[in-house]
Amino acid sequence: MTVSRLVTDAVIAEGLVKHYKEVKALDGLDLRVPQGSVLGVLGPNGAGKTTAVRILTTLLKPDAGRAQVAGIDVVEDPAGVRTKIGVSGQYAAVDEYLTGFENLDMIGRLYHLGRKRSQQRARELLEQFRLDEAGDRMAKTYSGGMRRRLDLAGALVADPPVLFLDEPTTGLDPRSRTEMWDVIKGLVAAGTSLLLTTQYLEEADLLADNIVVIDHGLVIAEGTADQLKAQVGGERLEITVSDATRIAQARKVLQPLGVGPVVVEEHQRSLLVPVTGGASVLADALRRLDGEGIEVDDVGLRRPTLDDVFLTLTGHTAEESEQAESDDQLEEVAR
Amino acid sequence: MSTATALSDGFVVAKRNLIKIKRVPDMIVFTTMSPIMFILLFAYVFGGAIDQQGGGEGYREFLIAGIFAQTVVFGATVTGAGLADDIKKGIIDRFRSLPMSPSAVLFGRTLSDVANNVIVLVVMGLTGLLVGWRIRTSFEEALLGFLLLLLFAYAISWVMAWVGMLVPSPEVVNNASFMVIFPLTFVANTFVPLETLPGPLQTFAEWNPVSAVTQAARDLCGNPNPNPAAPEPTSWALQNPEIYTILWAAVVLLIFVPLSNAQYRRSTSR
Repeated sequence: MTVSRLVTDAVIAEGLVKHYKEVKALDGLDLRVPQGSVLGVLGPNGAGKTTAVRILTTLLKPDAGRAQVAGIDVVEDPAGVRTKIGVSGQYAAVDEYLTGFENLDMIGRLYHLGRKRSQQRARELLEQFRLDEAGDRMAKTYSGGMRRRLDLAGALVADPPVLFLDEPTTGLDPRSRTEMWDVIKGLVAAGTSLLLTTQYLEEADLLADNIVVIDHGLVIAEGTADQLKAQVGGERLEITVSDATRIAQARKVLQPLGVGPVVVEEHQRSLLVPVTGGASVLADALRRLDGEGIEVDDVGLRRPTLDDVFLTLTGHTAEESEQAESDDQLEEVAR
Repeated sequence: MSTATALSDGFVVAKRNLIKIKRVPDMIVFTTMSPIMFILLFAYVFGGAIDQQGGGEGYREFLIAGIFAQTVVFGATVTGAGLADDIKKGIIDRFRSLPMSPSAVLFGRTLSDVANNVIVLVVMGLTGLLVGWRIRTSFEEALLGFLLLLLFAYAISWVMAWVGMLVPSPEVVNNASFMVIFPLTFVANTFVPLETLPGPLQTFAEWNPVSAVTQAARDLCGNPNPNPAAPEPTSWALQNPEIYTILWAAVVLLIFVPLSNAQYRRSTSR
């Protein structure tokens, strides 16, 4: 490891290993968050995301490997690391019997900002997170989205240079999730280094500069969202026919357009054709189907999502890691 | 981390817990209701029967210090339940990720539980005065008695803190501690004079620290044994109840303060 990397990386983890009794939560995990960038750590439940965050935030000691946050070793100087980080977890760790203001003020005092500065900072953050009106109400009365915003505000009290968000939108309704994304995008724009874990592929795509995909405590792929999508190949043409009996015929018609085998999803009456060439292929496909008199319900061209990436890399989707093995359909799409 | 920082962080945490007492008055109401109920039940249900034994009218006066001791010991379970709850809700995770003094959470927690016990003792003292309990010594002596009760409870708080961080949920703290606290507070001189207990139980009760702190509170408030013919206590613990209480509390603190602090550094939710 060179000196320049120490200076420019907000987070470096090398070969992190952690066991819980017989379960291996981390199996030699490597991570790197360059200063001022956002790393999305993507993986299903139980992939080791939370364990990694806990080690990097000094809550757990790794069994092996090393990690530095803001240039400080997490095992040798945990107290030093704690002055550089803000953490917000998947369970909003707010005290529900305190008001929003009291929660933030308390955190400020525990960062040793002093009474005056803590109070001032609490008010600032309440306003920034649109909680100023609710600021003097007990957090117990807050909605899930408000609690999560308060928890995130708590992580920002001391303006830490490195931020860890562990599944910041898990369990939120779509509207609160979108609100949370806006808030996080604002932070990122201001230059905070961020490590974000998520189960949502869309979230990583939207917020992260770089993404690592982890499964069973190990990085299985990394890159930008575009690079990961490129690993899976180009676009897919999705066509749903009106008459289920004509799927086989449609397949025959469309096969010459594909750069790979056409995948049929029988019960959805849809066909997936891997293609290159964009919109012109789409027009061509419709012309051919029309020529055979096959009616089409729906048609679309889509770039592969990170879901497809996950599927290709692990053979199962992020959400359905348990049952994926038996689900032939998913396996087929992956190939 | 300096001691001053540890203290000021501890006060911040204690303040947070005290706000909770204010916001959830049910908790303090229920922790005081049950001792009040005990006072009334024992004074008027058992009291009559015990008076028949030749104790005279003094049983109620004798009883109150025992209930003080029992209540502060039960009050200490709040420490464990509160910590278990904070761990479950991820609040300890947050505290542990802050650059605060690592001992402040436990110090603040046990400190606010002392405040909790002070409130409870005041309410019970007033109830005691209503049913006939009196302080027959000086203010200073009585105050010393109450301080010993609080010191004793403070020591138990640290045991409960350790238990609270080991168990998976706040409910378990209550159930587990009741199993220990009931025998500990009943096989003692809390509700009945020691000489009425059978042999082995009497020996246990003589060395039971709950007996000592009860005896100390009784002596310092000037509440006599209702049976004037009762023999003098034979154990050193009850002959020197103040010293025994202080020694016992010191030993418990010496063991459980470091043990709890070590456990805190390992605690995470789930």
